[in-house]
Amino acid sequence: MDLNFSADEIAFRDEVRAFVATHLPADIRDRVQRGDERHVADDLRRWQRILFEHGWGAAMWPAEFGGTGWDKTRQYLFDIECFAADAPIQLPFGLKMVAPVIMRYGSDAQKARFLPRILDGTDWWCQGYSEPGSGSDLASLKTRAERDGDHYVVNGQKAWNTLGQHADWIFCLVRTDAAAKPQRGISFLLIDMKTPGIRVQPTRLLDGRHEVNEIFFDDVRVPVENLVGEENAGWTYAKFLLGHERTNIAGIGASRRELARLKRMAGHARRHGAPLLDDSIFATRIAQVELELKALEVTNLRVIFAEARQQAPGPEASMLKIRGTEILQRISELQIEALGPRALQFDGDGEDVPRAVGQYMNLRKLSIYGGSNEIQRNIIAQMVLQL
Amino acid sequence: MDFSFTDEQQMLQDSIQRYLESSYTLEHRAGILAGNAGWSQSTWNELAELGLLALDIDEADGGIGAGPVGTMLASQTIGAGLLVEPFHSSAVVATRVVSSLARGTQREQLLGALASGEAIAVLAHDEDADWFAPRTSTAARAGDGWRLQGRKVCVSHAPMAHWLLVSARVGDGVGVFVVDRDAAGVALREYRTVDGMRAAEIDFDVMLAADTRLGDADARQALDEALDRGIAALCADALGVLDRILAATVQYTRDRVQFGTAIGRLQALQHRMADMYMQVEQARSMTYLATSACLQSDARARRDAVCGAKVVVGQAARKVGQEAVQLHGGMGMTDELDVSHCFKRLLAFELRMGCTDEHLAHYRGLVQSRAA
Repeated sequence: MDLNFSADEIAFRDEVRAFVATHLPADIRDRVQRGDERHVADDLRRWQRILFEHGWGAAMWPAEFGGTGWDKTRQYLFDIECFAADAPIQLPFGLKMVAPVIMRYGSDAQKARFLPRILDGTDWWCQGYSEPGSGSDLASLKTRAERDGDHYVVNGQKAWNTLGQHADWIFCLVRTDAAAKPQRGISFLLIDMKTPGIRVQPTRLLDGRHEVNEIFFDDVRVPVENLVGEENAGWTYAKFLLGHERTNIAGIGASRRELARLKRMAGHARRHGAPLLDDSIFATRIAQVELELKALEVTNLRVIFAEARQQAPGPEASMLKIRGTEILQRISELQIEALGPRALQFDGDGEDVPRAVGQYMNLRKLSIYGGSNEIQRNIIAQMVLQL
Repeated sequence: MDFSFTDEQQMLQDSIQRYLESSYTLEHRAGILAGNAGWSQSTWNELAELGLLALDIDEADGGIGAGPVGTMLASQTIGAGLLVEPFHSSAVVATRVVSSLARGTQREQLLGALASGEAIAVLAHDEDADWFAPRTSTAARAGDGWRLQGRKVCVSHAPMAHWLLVSARVGDGVGVFVVDRDAAGVALREYRTVDGMRAAEIDFDVMLAADTRLGDADARQALDEALDRGIAALCADALGVLDRILAATVQYTRDRVQFGTAIGRLQALQHRMADMYMQVEQARSMTYLATSACLQSDARARRDAVCGAKVVVGQAARKVGQEAVQLHGGMGMTDELDVSHCFKRLLAFELRMGCTDEHLAHYRGLVQSRAA
């Protein structure tokens, strides 16, 4: 047993740190620090382009498709360093979700057409999974695609689509066989967002932001060549995709960054005439969450180590998701408490103020999306504890 | 980064587990608990034969040299086996203190007797103050020797010890003295602890020969190291108990039928067990971290990791122990099942070697000083 990173891994970490420090544009970094998302689409594309030009566009892809071919430990270190430097996230929808499905199940033509444009940031992808009546019970989805010559005709409605207002493409689960059992009649379609009949309608969230949409499909004609794999086999691909979504699902990088921010905030804020950080109750709360994060970091490394040796990946990811989201939510709560009444301010440019309060509300989503934490507990009970 | 264990380490763990499963049954253990001595000489001899009493003694001293990792794996198995003999007190903590401080023939004699199982030693260190406070017992020069005075509390396994290793202030520093348990001026008030072990409160006013001090250097660093390693091993012991109590709870809910269904099928209960599982895994991670820190030379980092582990494992011990009893229903309240014995050992873990809040306060100080 040895919990230290190897000399190679430490050298890699330092290389990433140095690269991000010199190549992350200051204006993007400042907006990420302030939580200013007015230019988010442009910022994300620019950062993706910078990473791509350095050969780091896809940390989680194999080298044959232009990825870095890094192992999970390096992906983990890369993630942490990017967060620590206030780099924008790389959206998962193209890189981590649809790309692995295309690599595994797509045709050669689909690989050649879509993967390079994901890698260099040309195409922005979004997700068409959930529907108003199909959240945790995804297989009950109703959006249907009917074959008409060399096209599918898609009708229905998707919900909780993230940032689709900027997207060029959407990958969708659609029902192609209404008579089959729910899981057997689903197909995986790639749809150009410019196709006539698609309407994107914002869903205003409690933090006031436009982050998610409802997407309506009204006789949308999709070429058959955009079907991934086989018709009615989409559920298999959907589950495969969800497995890949779990890379770095513990969100250690984000939690570390926000914990550091929390400590700075508690150092500046005053209570009873002294820094809030001197308050033993508040400092104990920080210590508690820091310890929980420390335990999760080691747990995450244990899972990475086991996966590298092909020891049962899978259900452990549910634990990383639950604990990771609970911890980040807790840190966010403490940021609000550090601000006290200043957190009431819901607009303007006060340092940390609108960011913290908006983020607190926004991050409630963490325990809901990607398989709610209740679903994750079901998975642990059934897959790990064999109940 | 490597979370695997060597074949040697795994064989060690397997051999302890096989021994405990075959010989140290709950019935056998109940007999030991009911007896006057509170421990079994034959079990102790078996542990010596398995090499457990020489586990953390360097090979140069005739030991096995398994170090913190071997000690962790052994402790985990011993915790899961609910062993009440003084493995932790004597073979882990006291042996470490002797290894760090004793020199020459004293070292040879003490380590030899401890490794073979001939003698049991325990560290008498705790006093009626918080875990991190300096101790107030004193040793002063008296003639050729020493006069040792003070009161020690919660000295685990003192009633069966041959030697008490007593920490005391010597001038500006700290010394550790080897005191025969039966020496004149040593008064033990013996009691049973909640987890079936024996302990004592001890008053000392005793005259000691000059050569009873372990080494002649200030013992503070050596004590800190032995205590930190002792806490890491205690965390591993608790981890073994946590594994056992969780497995017992899961199995119980599979078997227990109410309203025509196994209660383990009920989501309300499944989610609670999922939470228990996560607590146990975080406890495992922190035990690994603390053990790993005990391998490094950085004393501050070691202390920080050990304190962190004591908190996380302590909170898991509380939560998982309580939930296990709750999910066992009425049966959890009886003394029949292993769940009750695990529950009591977890409770004792929380209270030994500094309680959860004391270690959390240390960590709080760290947060405050680093951020400043």
